[in-house]
Amino acid sequence: MTQTNIQLDKNGHLKHFLSIYGLDRDLLMRILDHARSFAGVGERAVKKVPLLRGKTIVNLFFEPSTRTRTTFELAAKRLSADVLNINISSSATKKGESLLDTLQTLEAMHCDMFVVRHAKSGAAHYIAGKVAPHISVINGGDGRHSHPTQAMLDMFTIRQHKPDFSRLKVAIVGDILHSRVARSEIHALTTLGVEELRVIGPRTLIPTGIEAMGPRVFHNLEQGLEDVDVVIMLRLQHERMRSALLPSEHEYFSLYGLTPQKLANAKPDAIVMHPGPINRGIEIDSSVADGKQSVILQQVSHGIAVRMAVMAMTMGTLADTGTATESGHED
Amino acid sequence: MHTEAMSVEGMIEDMAGQVMAVIKAHPDQSPVMVGIHTGGTWVASEIHKRLAMDVPLGELNIAFYRDDFSRIGMHPRVSPSRLPFDIEDRHVILVDDVLYTGRTIRAAMNELFDYGRPARISLAVLIDRSGRELPIQADITGKTMALNPGEHVKLTGPEPLALVVKESG
Amino acid sequence: MKISILNGHLLDPASQLDKKQALHVADGEIAALGRAPAGFQPDLEIDAKDCIVCPGLIDLCTHLPEPGREHKGSMASETLAAVSGGVTSLCCQPDTLPILDNPAVAELVHQRARQVNRARVLPLAALTEGLAGKTLTDMNAMKTMGCIGVSNGNRDIANAEVLRRALEYAASCDMTVFLFCEDPDLKNNGVVHEGSLATRLGLPAIPASAEILSVSRALLLAEQTGARIHISRISCGDSVAMIKAAQTRGLPVTADVAISHLHLDDTAVDEFNALCHLAPPLRAESDRQALIAGLRDGSISAICSDHFPHDVDAKSAPFSQTEAGASTVEHLLALSLKLVTDKQLSSMQALAALSCQPAHIIGLDLGRLAPGLPADICIFNPREAVTIQAADMLSQGKNTPFEDWTINGKVNHTLVNGRPVYPA
Repeated sequence: MTQTNIQLDKNGHLKHFLSIYGLDRDLLMRILDHARSFAGVGERAVKKVPLLRGKTIVNLFFEPSTRTRTTFELAAKRLSADVLNINISSSATKKGESLLDTLQTLEAMHCDMFVVRHAKSGAAHYIAGKVAPHISVINGGDGRHSHPTQAMLDMFTIRQHKPDFSRLKVAIVGDILHSRVARSEIHALTTLGVEELRVIGPRTLIPTGIEAMGPRVFHNLEQGLEDVDVVIMLRLQHERMRSALLPSEHEYFSLYGLTPQKLANAKPDAIVMHPGPINRGIEIDSSVADGKQSVILQQVSHGIAVRMAVMAMTMGTLADTGTATESGHED
Repeated sequence: MHTEAMSVEGMIEDMAGQVMAVIKAHPDQSPVMVGIHTGGTWVASEIHKRLAMDVPLGELNIAFYRDDFSRIGMHPRVSPSRLPFDIEDRHVILVDDVLYTGRTIRAAMNELFDYGRPARISLAVLIDRSGRELPIQADITGKTMALNPGEHVKLTGPEPLALVVKESG
Repeated sequence: MKISILNGHLLDPASQLDKKQALHVADGEIAALGRAPAGFQPDLEIDAKDCIVCPGLIDLCTHLPEPGREHKGSMASETLAAVSGGVTSLCCQPDTLPILDNPAVAELVHQRARQVNRARVLPLAALTEGLAGKTLTDMNAMKTMGCIGVSNGNRDIANAEVLRRALEYAASCDMTVFLFCEDPDLKNNGVVHEGSLATRLGLPAIPASAEILSVSRALLLAEQTGARIHISRISCGDSVAMIKAAQTRGLPVTADVAISHLHLDDTAVDEFNALCHLAPPLRAESDRQALIAGLRDGSISAICSDHFPHDVDAKSAPFSQTEAGASTVEHLLALSLKLVTDKQLSSMQALAALSCQPAHIIGLDLGRLAPGLPADICIFNPREAVTIQAADMLSQGKNTPFEDWTINGKVNHTLVNGRPVYPA
């Protein structure tokens, strides 16, 4: 028995943004289109639109993160919302009980949205299932499961450079096993209809049954990069490794590190991406990270526009609204 | 339900003349023209052509400034606002197709001020109809219409531009 | 108390009895089948029209919340849940608090069961002290206190040498060893079956090899030591194959399967449904089919409930922080009958797996309808439908993975030791 998609309200509009899985191509394209509208806001004198004025957005971070939290905060402020940052160390919240108490306290303070980052997969879904009906939840990253805003800003970046997804060969390289970004990107790329999707990494870091999600699996970097248009490098996640998954970083770099020589297997105009932060000399050579094919810095700037889009889309629907009105503003 | 087509061509010709006059009335202020999506940009584009203005036409999409966002949500098709000039100290000719409650113009002015501080805003509308809910007035008008409640006037286009009056319901 | 059960259809897998017949009870025992004994005057007549009369069910694996986890349930609530589903004997796992590893705790369990006086509670003693996998318990003393076997709970013994010695010692006490097989290192804090669902959800996963490796080790050591082992709650198809091969070689090994694993696979976890967080985890559909086939060919001889009532908080957290287990005892019979309705098993096969075969595994004279045996009896209507709703459950644990399932098989009466215990 499957649950209904809790991300969508009864009219099929985005109510929570928890995972790319379960969203259709049209919705993903709309997110990208809205993000494009918001991209210009940062270049104006007043870097704000009043869309979410009077709303309170809470950054509920159970896992520390400066960069993600900062972009969500900036996105919220550019929508004129008020922002509350709450950092709860995961040792303080051992059981779901404290998590629920925290939520209820925040709800009593009339918050409208939670941006959640948590160390355990499924945390954002759990919270979305527990909050009051008017509150939207955005997943800022849960365990190994999903980081949908990161995936969308990467799709935004790809679209800037390569507008037609259907002609693209995309490779995701690295620690797929522990990566929520990889999982979200695999869903996004397959839903957007790329020509071919590949994951490349050592056997120990490619999870069982990943083919069911769409990609072809490669263990050889040169072969995997052949003819690709987009290379997405993942960070080696030391802090998530428990058992004996890799011998040494040195060995990892020699086999899977992206150097100019390895990159030469891809198309000459291939773009190189990395969700950050970069481990120079471990998964990517500095000359590639800073080279002309790298779009890594652009990814960062797109993050704000994408997060603005997602926040506006989820907040713009209440439980009792009908469909959005047609064009024309007869006022 | 009845429809009535009216000649837009003549109204725009007339408006162009009025715009010219209002620009000349403030010779020390450098003029720019901004149309409000979608109908306003069609009208503005026609006037902009007739006046052969050298500063390119600006476009405003007021979607993010509407006062009913929390009721209606994000519009499915939003083409972004674009002002290819600096608005500071300029005389802005703001153009829309129909002036009704005044809320669109309120939103447009709020948005303009987030780009900078204009010296003056003159409002040019193709149709000024009854039903104002805010203290907003047009400086340049193509035609004034008094409509019954339940009647709506709409500009269709972009080619050809035509006005249609409909009764809703 | 003298009771006559009339107009019912008797089903007794042990004797292959399958006919409409009366059943008479006296002094806690089955007095006669068919014609009443001479001069028999019943104090109570039960009309079992349209009903099946079968032996009370023997559940080889339950986790009782008393002692130690009273916020999850009580002896009273869980035995009521059990008898409402026709389960008359509950083998309880030693993972109580404190652990059932010494005679005092066994006595406590017996006392509480006697006070509640509803179902038979048959404790399994811990194989090692504290279930820590290091030192052996006083198995003989536990046996004397009425423990019907020894078990490693849900914690596999990491050290093979300890396991070997534990099996040898249990053999010398003539105790059956109930083994839950899951290599702790391969388990690696996993919470779901390793496969595409775990990968999509990003949940730590338990490979099938964690069970299969441990099963093969258990079989080899059982052969070496001569211990009688019972593999508890098997989940992988490959484990079934191994057990079957060992049985063919003459090893006295038996196995059971939890009812949830006969109906659900890992896709039931869907989008982090904590009600489907089970140990062992729900596996692939192919595993599920292999488990049912194992029941059919006899390599698996019993179905248990693996009943684990939980409080709401235990299931209310991000998935990997929830506690594993489902509350299933009151639906064990009906869910087993669903396999009959779905033509996966015959009714004799299903009932045998719930009565005489478990009785054989624990070595007690129960689970049969024959004169002279204790009158543990279940009377149920196989055509009456029940829709499972957590809110209506008698167990204090409302954690059922079968919410909204409609199943046939409503228990109307349950007797334990010749005394009606349900309806209460």
